[in-house]
Amino acid sequence: MATPDSRPQEHPGGHSGTAAAPDLIVGLVVLGLGLLCLWQAYAIPVTPLYAQVGPKFMPTLVGGMVILVGAGLVLKALRGGWSQELEDVQEAPPTNWRALGLLGAGLLANLVLIDTLGFVFAATAQFVLVAAAFGSRRPLRDLGIGLLVTLGAFLAFDKLLGVNIGAGILEGIL
Amino acid sequence: MDSLAGLAMGFGHALTLTNLGWALLGCFLGTAIGVLPGIGPALTIALLLPITFQVSATGAFILFCGVFYGAMYGGSTTSILLNTPGESGSIITALEGAKMAKSGRAGPALVTAAVGSFIAGTIGTLGISFLGPIVVELALKLGPAEYFSLMVLCFVTVSAVLGGSALRGLTSLGLGLLIGLIGIDLQTGQPRLTFGIPELLDGVDVVLVAVALFAVGETLYLAWRHIEGKQELREVGKLMMSKQDWKRSFWPWMRGACLGFPFGVMPAGGTEMPTMLSYYAERKLVKKEHLHEFGTTGAIEGVAGPEAANNAAAAGILVPMLTLGLPTSATAAIMLSAFQSYGIQPGPMLFTTQAELVWTLIASLYVANIMLVVLNLPLVGLWARILKIPTPQLYAGILVFATIGTYGISNSVVDLMLLYGIGIIAMFMRRFDFPTAPVVIGMILGPMAEQAMRQALTISQGDWTTFVTRPVSLCILILALLGLVGPRLWALAARRRAASA
Repeated sequence: MATPDSRPQEHPGGHSGTAAAPDLIVGLVVLGLGLLCLWQAYAIPVTPLYAQVGPKFMPTLVGGMVILVGAGLVLKALRGGWSQELEDVQEAPPTNWRALGLLGAGLLANLVLIDTLGFVFAATAQFVLVAAAFGSRRPLRDLGIGLLVTLGAFLAFDKLLGVNIGAGILEGIL
Repeated sequence: MDSLAGLAMGFGHALTLTNLGWALLGCFLGTAIGVLPGIGPALTIALLLPITFQVSATGAFILFCGVFYGAMYGGSTTSILLNTPGESGSIITALEGAKMAKSGRAGPALVTAAVGSFIAGTIGTLGISFLGPIVVELALKLGPAEYFSLMVLCFVTVSAVLGGSALRGLTSLGLGLLIGLIGIDLQTGQPRLTFGIPELLDGVDVVLVAVALFAVGETLYLAWRHIEGKQELREVGKLMMSKQDWKRSFWPWMRGACLGFPFGVMPAGGTEMPTMLSYYAERKLVKKEHLHEFGTTGAIEGVAGPEAANNAAAAGILVPMLTLGLPTSATAAIMLSAFQSYGIQPGPMLFTTQAELVWTLIASLYVANIMLVVLNLPLVGLWARILKIPTPQLYAGILVFATIGTYGISNSVVDLMLLYGIGIIAMFMRRFDFPTAPVVIGMILGPMAEQAMRQALTISQGDWTTFVTRPVSLCILILALLGLVGPRLWALAARRRAASA
């Protein structure tokens, strides 16, 4: 805090200079989102009956607001950005690709398997992969715990709360 | 109905065996999830929303409020023993509490947090009981124009006034409003922002968004920054406060409670601000001989005050939610959507049309508070044991429940994809410091604001000046404007002064 230079030049990506590339991307994405919203707002067909405040008004307003804040973020990014001043970002360890990859694989496994194998098996596969992502080294034990957790959750939500978690191999038997 | 008659009726219903059971279950669950780092009351209530199909409204809301209060109690345990705040209101508690635990005084820290939570919770609940009907009286005089202005004020305070940056807060709010627009327009039946995808015609489910933001996004972010290693868990030790501890805690409790409650009531939402203010106040007011404990061995005042402020603010948040139908925190927004799924519209009419529900709920808050202090003092060892669940299995488990919360509603893989998609957005939001609560609030409150605006304009026959010619509406809008530009003008003036000096 006491350093005379208010903008730390050290950045995890090794980036320096006046514009902050990651922040700029965020600003542009927000800007794009606003434009998308406006485009969709104009695509709404309007009957002349609702001339005063039709269904278009709010989407236009929100789209305009998002574009405005998006432009603000872009401007801020061009002036050096905001995120490199964040404590969380400055102290952040390097990206853990292994953890992110395993977690992503877990989500994907769930997505692909849930319609065919059913919730219990799909979520168990996800459980094992996510646990591995966070550093668990005993996949077999995780498999057991995962089966217990998903089965318990299935029974609690399906039988007690009446949530229909879909059909699957095991779910059909239970 | 006046407060005392209401409370008498409420206690009559709250003290039945079923409702006591719901309260106990809620308190138990709430404490557990409050203790677990990574899940908060908003996520838990979102996951429990299916219960609204099975249980009466009264039972469900007693459960939700138990979870809501319980999470506040549980959060402090984690802050103290693990130095990881279980939820945002306990960040300040973690400052001094963890230091006390480090110097072997975890016991007194836990006791002062629990007793402070109880006192503040009770003061806050008293506040709800007696302030609620007064706010309702006033609120009944408001028309749609005033309501719309109030919602605008609410939008400004939750996104622009609180948090690190107004610009980023407003971006989050915009995202929430945008998601809230998706689906069929209720008044004209036109599909909006659906991109021709039939699954989007019904709109995006609030549970899906809450789970994506609070569970999937959080887990993804943690994986992104994951470092192998174990966190250090402090021993609970003896749960006793010395006479001096009691003396040093008493006024911080009172001050914290009195500071926290108004903050919760005002549509400013959030528990961060009052806890922080309480912390600074206590550091200023502490006796000289104890000042050195702040930041070194941990001062008990720095736990007692903020913890009380946290709980009183949480109670205060229920006032605008029950009386005006305005949610000012993510948890309140989810509870509001629970009301909607019962076909109940929270607002001033609630106290007359659903008097039994409201007063039973308020009476249950008193009950929950007593249950919680009992659950949290003798049983604190049990909660500390929950903290021993290793991180890998904890996060893997959270994602299992995330799947249930979304796939369980619709059995649709499209929803699951949407869940993960919004989760990825949430991960980046976390990285670039965009707050998540405004997304949920914008999503729930946005459609309500649009409806109020259209009603107001129908009444005024399309005359837009209705929002500024009605004096109350004008005042609220001016307040909102001040909230938006005030801090900036202030900073600008301060800079000018610094430059000229």
